[in-house]
Amino acid sequence: MEFCGGHTHSILRYGLDEVLSPEIEFLHGPGCPVCVLSVESIEYALKLAKLENTIFITYGDLLRVPNPSGISLQTLRGEGRNIKMISSAMEALDTAIHNPDKLVIFFAFGFETTAPATAFLLRQAKALGLKNLKVISNHLLTPSILEFLFTKNGRYVDGVVGPGHVSAVIGANSYEKIAKTFEIPIVIAGFEPSDILEALIMLVERIRVGQAEVGLAYRRAVTFEGNTKAKSLLEEAFVVRDSFPWRGLGTVIRSGLAISKSYEEFDGERIWERPQVSEQIHGCICGKILQGKAKPLDCPLFRKRCSPQTPIGPCMVSSEGACISYYRFKLA
Amino acid sequence: MCLAYPYRIIEITGPFTARAEVNGVSTEIYTSLLPEEPKPGDWVLVHVGFAIQKIDEKSALETLKLYYELLSESSD
Repeated sequence: MEFCGGHTHSILRYGLDEVLSPEIEFLHGPGCPVCVLSVESIEYALKLAKLENTIFITYGDLLRVPNPSGISLQTLRGEGRNIKMISSAMEALDTAIHNPDKLVIFFAFGFETTAPATAFLLRQAKALGLKNLKVISNHLLTPSILEFLFTKNGRYVDGVVGPGHVSAVIGANSYEKIAKTFEIPIVIAGFEPSDILEALIMLVERIRVGQAEVGLAYRRAVTFEGNTKAKSLLEEAFVVRDSFPWRGLGTVIRSGLAISKSYEEFDGERIWERPQVSEQIHGCICGKILQGKAKPLDCPLFRKRCSPQTPIGPCMVSSEGACISYYRFKLA
Repeated sequence: MCLAYPYRIIEITGPFTARAEVNGVSTEIYTSLLPEEPKPGDWVLVHVGFAIQKIDEKSALETLKLYYELLSESSD
């Protein structure tokens, strides 16, 4: 299983799934931050984006993800709501500084790669004493979800191609416990096809000799200990939640980050409650796809009702979603 | 979302910021997450406006070379 949607994209784009020997099957993992946002989180974003006298800010990938009724942030933007997409976290700070008469709501999400940027934003907002910025944290933890998948499903994969950029922050050591507990080798990979091939060679070798160890096939960017400065910022700005909802996986213990008490004045969750909504989207099997238990071609909606132009589920929206990778790179 | 791109730092512009470029396009990035002080010429991996890790230019280029070799083999 490759964890990252970025890896899935490369594997499909360069046809690695077709050129390697048939014993190697790629199961696609949950590493697409937009795809794993629960329906509840999507509804939360829509609720906040409708507040008067605010500017709602988020990363662009989220804009087109629809709720079960087909409403997305883009729909609300079309209705005149003030919704801004950004590609750099610090744009949220600039927006708050330049719009003192508006309340700026930054809807932050992403794995450990993205969370340190939010942490630094919080630190700067506090240093400046900003009064008109609220942050909603939907940040997620990679090792926790891997642990959840293997606890729930058993040892259903032979090896894991581990995330490259998450690991640049948290370090390859973070997977040691999972590899040992579940006896599954994990090799961290970069995103070039040659990086993925190198990781596969290391994985196959570990599987062959029965060595459930963590390996590093992305040494130019990742170390075993990770980025110590980014990790300490994460500890300062966040606390691990008791549980957090994931798309298709339900509630996963200790898998999300909430804003810590030190930054509570910026924590939007202390003002606006998360809505409680049920998960069902009729026919969409995104939840199964995110666990590697189904593939996009198994979905009855794929290339029929669900396409990049009219996505039903998030796996067809985000560039890291497995469905959009299949849509682009697999022949109809 | 977890995608990150290599940039080369061309100028340190502040305590937390630098100007960096890739393919001739330059942009302002935040360097505040880097454990070591960045300096001009360093290659860094940039994600949502932040350098998250310094990368080794030599091994980056080696990987690219390996990739081009694979491409030429597969077209033989």
